[in-house]
Order: sequence, then C-alpha cells, then structure tokens
Amino acid sequence: MIVTFAHMGNLWIVVKTILEDLGVEVVVPPRPSRKSLDLGVRHSPEFACFPLKLNIGDFIGGLERGAEAVVMVGGVGPCRLGHYAQVQEQILRDLGYRCEMIVLEPPRGRLAELLAKVRYLTGNKPLGRVWRAVRFGLEKLSALDTLDQALARARPLERRPGRVEDVHRRAVEAVAGAADVRAVRRAAAEGVRAIEGCVTPEAAGDGAAVLRVGLVGEIYMVEEPFANQELERRLGRLGVEVRRAVYLSDWVRTHLLPNPFRLRRRCRASLVRRAAAPYLGHFVGGEGLVSVGESVLLSREGYDGVIHVAPFTCMPEIVASSLLPEVSRDLGVPVMSLFLDEHTAEAGLVTRLEAFVDLLARRRAALGAGVRPPAARGTAGAGT
Amino acid sequence: MAGQHVYLGIDVGSVTTKIVGMLPDGEIAGAVCLETLGQPARQIMRGLTAVGEALSRRGTPVVAGVGTTGSGRNLAAALVGGDVVKNEITAHAVAALHQVPGVRTVLEIGGQDSKVIVLRDGVVVDFAMNTVCAAGTGSFLDRQAARLGLDIREFGRLALRSTRPVRIAGRCTVFAESDMVHKQQVGHSVEDIVAGLCRALVRNYLNNLAKGKDLEPPFVFQGGVAANAGMVRAFEEALGHEVIVPEHHALMGAYGAAILAQEWREGRGVSGRRSGRDEAALTRFRGFDLRERDFRTSAFDCDGCPNECEIIEVFLDGALVARWGGRCRRWERDTAVPPA
Repeated sequence: MIVTFAHMGNLWIVVKTILEDLGVEVVVPPRPSRKSLDLGVRHSPEFACFPLKLNIGDFIGGLERGAEAVVMVGGVGPCRLGHYAQVQEQILRDLGYRCEMIVLEPPRGRLAELLAKVRYLTGNKPLGRVWRAVRFGLEKLSALDTLDQALARARPLERRPGRVEDVHRRAVEAVAGAADVRAVRRAAAEGVRAIEGCVTPEAAGDGAAVLRVGLVGEIYMVEEPFANQELERRLGRLGVEVRRAVYLSDWVRTHLLPNPFRLRRRCRASLVRRAAAPYLGHFVGGEGLVSVGESVLLSREGYDGVIHVAPFTCMPEIVASSLLPEVSRDLGVPVMSLFLDEHTAEAGLVTRLEAFVDLLARRRAALGAGVRPPAARGTAGAGT
Repeated sequence: MAGQHVYLGIDVGSVTTKIVGMLPDGEIAGAVCLETLGQPARQIMRGLTAVGEALSRRGTPVVAGVGTTGSGRNLAAALVGGDVVKNEITAHAVAALHQVPGVRTVLEIGGQDSKVIVLRDGVVVDFAMNTVCAAGTGSFLDRQAARLGLDIREFGRLALRSTRPVRIAGRCTVFAESDMVHKQQVGHSVEDIVAGLCRALVRNYLNNLAKGKDLEPPFVFQGGVAANAGMVRAFEEALGHEVIVPEHHALMGAYGAAILAQEWREGRGVSGRRSGRDEAALTRFRGFDLRERDFRTSAFDCDGCPNECEIIEVFLDGALVARWGGRCRRWERDTAVPPA
C-alpha cells in the first residue's frame, strides 16, 4: 500500500521518515504551488477554508503519482476542520479516486488509538517498533524547528540578502536524509552553525536593534509558507525577526503525545490559558484561544508587534481577531490580523506588511528618543 | 537661485500619477497630477519632464533625493532612480504630520483604495486599508457622476445643496448603484441622491474600514476624493467634528515620499533594515528627461516550478535595471531597489 498525505511546512519530512522507517512506501506530493492550489480550488466548495483547498490539491498530486491510500488528520473541536476529513474523503471519491482513506484523529491524550492506526498502516508492526519510529520522526521535527528558528534570527542580519535561505535549505535536506538520531542531531548542529555563519559579526552585535514580531494564528497558515504567502521571508527581508508562537513540535507535544511527554509544553499551555483568561475564558476551536493567549505572552516578553494570520472565514480566529484589539490596547502592542486565501492580492499584503514594519520601527525610534511610547490602538491592517 | 536643492516625490496610483518637487524647507515648488491610464511608465516620464520644467523656473534644480510610493512604486523607482521606496500608508502619514502636526486620524480615499491611519504623538499606531472591495473610492464616484450626467467637480457642490439626503444602500457599490437608480425612478432630486450617496460611502467607510478604531480629532481628510465637498460634509456629520482638508490633499502621497527622501538624505530615515547606502546618500536619480531614453518592460513565465511565476523585467537603454515577480530567489538581482 503506497501512502500519500498533505503538506504543512516541514511536516512531510517527519511523516515520510516515520512511515518509511516502518517499511511503508510513501509518495510525497509536490510542494503546494499555484498549480496544486488551482486543482484544490476547482474541486472544493467555494466557502471551504483555504487549508482544505490546499490539502485537496496535495492529495490529488499524491494520488496522481501512484498513491493508493491517503492519510488525513482529523480536526479538533467545534471548528469546521473537525469534519473536513470526511468532506475531503467525499470529494476524492466523487472525483473517482479508488483509494483507502485513513483518518488520524488527534487522540487528546489517548495515544493508543493513534498508535493503533499507525500500526494498521504499517501492517501490524509491534508497538515498540512503531514507537521507536515515531520518536525518530519527532527528533527530526525538533531539529527542523531549531533550523527554522535559527533562520528567522539570521534573516534580518545576513550579509547578502537571501543567501541564508540556501544554507537553510541545505541543512533541512541534511536533516531529512539523516539515518539515525545521532545523524539528525549532528546535521541540526552543523546547520545552525552554517546559518549563523551568514551573519557578519558586526551585524550580530546589532541583534538588539532588530525588530521582533510574534506570529500567531491558525496552525496550518502559520506553518505553511505557501499558504501564508511567505510571511516569514517577507518580514525577514524587511529586517524583522519572526517567532512563531507555536512551532509544529510544540503542537505535536500538546495535541498528540500523552501527558508525561508534554510537561514543558503543558506549562506553556496553562500560561496561555491564564494569559487569555481576561479576554476569552474557554476553548473556541482550533487555535483561537492560543492566538489570544500567545499575543498577551509575546507582548509581555517584549516583542515589538504581533501578526495574526488565519484563513478567510476561519471561525476560531474570527473570535480571536475580535478580541485582539482589546489585547493591543491594554498591553500597548501593535497587532495586525491577516485573513488570507486564494483571492489575496500580493500587492495589498506587501503594502500592509511594510506599513506595519514602519509602524513598529517608528514606534521604537520614538521610544528610543525618550518620547513617551505611544500606546497601540487596536489591530491594524484589516479592512474590506 | 542656481543649484536649488529639491526632493522629488512620486506617487504612482491606480488611477493617477502624482509627482512633487519639494524644497528643503518643505515648500512644494512644482507638482503634476496625470491620469495613469494603464501606462504608468509613460506617464511617469511625462510628469517628470513637466515637473522639471516647473522647477527650472526657480533656478536649476539639483535633485538631492527621490522617494516613490503607491502601487507602482517599484516601477517608478526602477525607472527614475529612486532612493526610498515606501508604502502608501507611511507616505500619507508622514505628509499629514507635516501639514497638521498634531493629527490623530488620517482619512484617505484615492482612486481605487481607501485607508484610515491612526496616529498618537506623531507616530502611526494603527491603520487599515481596503483589500477586497473598492466601494466608495474615487473610481466609483466618477462613474456615478458620469451616470448622472454630472461633472465630478460639480458633484460635491450639488450634494451641499441637498436639504433631505436620501438613504442609499452603501455596503456594496453594485447594490448602491441599483438603489440609486431606484431612488431616481421614485422621483428624488439629484441633489438628495448625491448627498445620500456621500453619506452611504462615509457610513460604509466608518463601519468597515475604521471598525473598532479610536478615531479622534484632529481629523485630516486627503486623497483625490477630499476635493468632494459633499464627502467632507458627510464625514463631519458622521464624526461630529471638523475635518481638515490640507491644501495639497490630492498630492499627499507624493509629498510624503519627498519628505521621506529628505529624511533619507539627511540620515534621519527610520527603517527596519540598515541599507548600507545611508552614509553616502548619493541619489540614484537619472535626470528629468527620460523620454530620450529607451525604456521597456517585458514579462515571461518562469518554468522553474509549478508556481509559474510571472517575472517582469525592466530595461533602460537595453540594460536590465530591475526584475521582480518571483516567489523565490531564482530571478533576484542586486540592481533591484531595496525597500528603504
């Protein structure tokens, strides 16, 4: 059985590693592109959200390359993503693909069910063997997040704009190809060194002058550069260091692993809940609560601004975006909400990003000049 | 007064192209506003020549810096030799601050977009611009004026004569138009319809664009639509406060770009990335008469990946001066003007 799955940032490397380690043949669909997006848009309901359309494009890409089964991730909570696995399955059936669909529901702590699904995929390999493969995959995921973080720090300071991206890509390839845990760690350490080597020592001293922006929002839009129109790269070029509030390895620790393995993350999760509490007291689906809580935390941690990104019509993030102006006002941190989908015009996005960065830079310059820091006023950028 | 230093500001919008020549003390010494007509490059060259002539009347202009803004800012910078390339929001905010130093809210409505900018203590703290819908922008007003057989310049004066503005559905311009047709057929006067339209557009602007923003006076209203007295009054009624329309309201983007060029030249620019050129601060300006030069743009589809990006190349006298449009680095080159 040849298996395919949808892209989400670096996730493909992890899924491929785990499945191949267990002897499952895998077809990785081409990276999301305008072509796969066109396919997804053509075959999805117009009002479905952006991630679904991109997933459909990926699945078709994988099936056309010979996959016989599709692995899908089910959603969490009241957001529409909860039934998207079924919608996606129906769309593929209607298109005439005779493939097996395996839906992995996040187990909310019940790891056994998830492992059972993975075992089924692998032709009932012993549970211990499956667990070892998963651990190996997660090792790669952590390494990839570390590389992404190093890239985000180096981008605003590099000598020749763009070179660090090539260095980063080579490091990602090295991690992807690593055969065991030790090789993964070595590749990651070497990658971080190479990325840091793209920054001149003088520039590194300027680190404190770099604007820092936190990225919050719906997890797929945060993680997948094609979906968010290369937000991190664009901001890096504008001289901004971007930190995602949630990296994939954090997300996996929170949602997929049983308690003992997410102790550290749990601390953050309860911090997030407490930080969000004055604005939002309960789970609203997806990352809505996290977007609010992380915006508060990032602001307390001294970030210059927060960018909130979500797919157009995303319910949990609409809830968050209606609360963020208050967060912004109370804490004096500028927040910009971006709702993106296939209709987003690049020029408008670029203008708003540049204006937001100018806003942060001029605000910080005013602070530096001893001028009373002007308080931020609500969320910037949105509009019809 | 030979050798007069000037800063040029160029604002290439969707509908009009504005060029301003500014003296170091902030005075506007020459300005033109041309329709972009879908031919931004040609209009930039024409406008530049005209501004050059206007400036020459006050002594030989020595250009010390060039700022560009508007949706065509990269093209303008590549063509003219721009030193600072800035988004419209920053340019408009900077210009408004120079005209009305304590400004706290900038309302801007141009040919195809509208913005609201909130400032406190001279710093932008919040902004929004329309992204999906061009409802209530200059193009729409132009079209409605034409449909009513009015000169756009009469439009505002007519609105002021209204005693009982009609309520018009303003959420969507398509529906606004059908509602206007209906109101005409029912027999309302043109004055009342025009005034009602102004109110509907202001309502739409405040409810959508400015939703959730703290709008505090002083208010400055700029952009081409600020020439419309009916819109000014509708804003004043809705906000319950006087709205200031600066003298050069239609040129504010270009004016702001010129001010930013001056800040850059004097090393006062605030930017996210250090450009490395700041110390020398020698302008890239190519001269006022570009019409003699051979300027071309061409486009091709990249075949490197399934994104098939459309790559635009800009040539001056046969030499490649700029290239953009790619999602990745494949076609990047150093001559492209970096964002300031």
